[in-house]
Amino acid sequence: MSPAPAPGEEERRRDRSLRFVLPFVVLGVLIAVWHGVVSYWELPPFKLPGPSLVFTTLISDWPVLSRSLAITLITTIQGFLLAATGGIGLAILFNQSRLVEYSFYPYAVILQVTPVLAIAPLLLIYMPQQLAVLSCAWIVAFFPVLANTTLGLNSVDRNLADLFRLYGATRLQVLWELKLPGALPHILTGLRIAGGLSLIGAVVAEIAAGSSGVESGLAYRIVESGYRLNIPRMFAALVLLSISGIVIFFVLSLLSHLLLRRWHESALVEEF
Amino acid sequence: MPESLIPGLWLWIPGSPLSRRPGKTRTVLALRNIGKIFPNGVEALAGFDMRLHAGEFVSLLGPSGCGKSTVLRIITGLTEPTSGTLEWLGSSQRGPQRLGFVFQEPTLMPWASVASNVTLPLKLEGRHENADKLANDALARVGLSEFADKYPRELSGGMKMRASIARALVTEPTLLLMDEPFAALDEITRFRLNNDLLGLWQSLGKTVVFVTHSVFESVYLSQRVIVMTPRPGRVFTELSIDSPYPRDERFRTSAEYAACCRRVAEALARGMGDEA
Repeated sequence: MSPAPAPGEEERRRDRSLRFVLPFVVLGVLIAVWHGVVSYWELPPFKLPGPSLVFTTLISDWPVLSRSLAITLITTIQGFLLAATGGIGLAILFNQSRLVEYSFYPYAVILQVTPVLAIAPLLLIYMPQQLAVLSCAWIVAFFPVLANTTLGLNSVDRNLADLFRLYGATRLQVLWELKLPGALPHILTGLRIAGGLSLIGAVVAEIAAGSSGVESGLAYRIVESGYRLNIPRMFAALVLLSISGIVIFFVLSLLSHLLLRRWHESALVEEF
Repeated sequence: MPESLIPGLWLWIPGSPLSRRPGKTRTVLALRNIGKIFPNGVEALAGFDMRLHAGEFVSLLGPSGCGKSTVLRIITGLTEPTSGTLEWLGSSQRGPQRLGFVFQEPTLMPWASVASNVTLPLKLEGRHENADKLANDALARVGLSEFADKYPRELSGGMKMRASIARALVTEPTLLLMDEPFAALDEITRFRLNNDLLGLWQSLGKTVVFVTHSVFESVYLSQRVIVMTPRPGRVFTELSIDSPYPRDERFRTSAEYAACCRRVAEALARGMGDEA
């Protein structure tokens, strides 16, 4: 007997391909509608450029845009890495010492709830621009890492914790062998949120920094193009930012999937 | 016939058949007048007394919440008694290498393979040499050798529990504490694990304290059933189950087993204050 495909297997595969294809269908429809609207009402490019013009601008302005993209991405990645180390490190510190947690957790919250757009101009006064932008990216992104890691470190299986105590585990062993691996799903959730937020932080800070900058990221290009009524370039820069955000999300989701697939329930159900 | 003149003497001759009978030898642990009141005011235990003898299989039987698990936790040192004393006698000292603990849930680290889970106690105690070999031996004893590289998620409930037992055995403890380990398993799996546990106990000669709320399980497994009262828990009565080992499915369906179960069930009912 040849192994027959399990009932439902066919259906599941179709469901998976639908999940992949449908977003692109929606994208195609939106672009078509966009194109239709622009050509039907003959809208001038400074009001609403058509999708084809945005695409050609993306190619013709690539030298300028790619440099800006690189600058924004570097800030984002630096901000993300600092947020990841800072958030995880702080969470470990809070977890190890109740007093440190009581003393500093409220300030982490304050930093988080104060809108970064309002902090950015202040930072720009006291810091060189690049550092200020980086700080903004960090401020926005570190909190979800901190909060999720803290949650993960605190939600250790009580029986496992007892088991570690029973065998006389040291503090370091409990942290390294029990708490951190147990917190991994939470940490990865925090990182996934932080990835998107560090891009937002970088963009917000670039906008706040405005034209004072020597090095100009994508967000600054958007502001600048707005002043110059170069609307197609605004759209092109926006498309690049959006794609960056999507790529960051998928890279982090993939990382999460690869790290958790052997053991965590979430990786069993989700594709990524 | 010298043995009929002084029958008790046989107990003291090393290597004689009677001295190998578990339960008749030296006391390894004495709990005296143990009381436990939790910080929230719940009185879990009051005046609990128990003696454990080397190599015996004892069940603690009682209704939910009677403090059975608390007794085990006090023995492990995870919980301190509010009153009373705990005395380790003879060569058995209290120490992690002397105790194995099996929780109600398998309590495996989901992020680690079965082999890593079983090696954990050795690793925590800093015993790295031979750790893999000892873990393999422990897994072989519970019939999980082929599953060493699997992750807990990939195992059935019964297999997870076997892995948990292997982990408890890996440090070669003299005292094995089991907290309703099979309560969550289906009956077929539970019966099989009961048999396997008895096999392990007979071949390894460890002292086992088995907490359960099942009359049938306690009678099937143990030499002694300690019946506890509802909260605050204390020993209501103690019954010995004299049926010989090895016990198997024939014992499970025998009239003798049924009679023992009835005796224990009646004691449990009286302990709970029912007129049954």
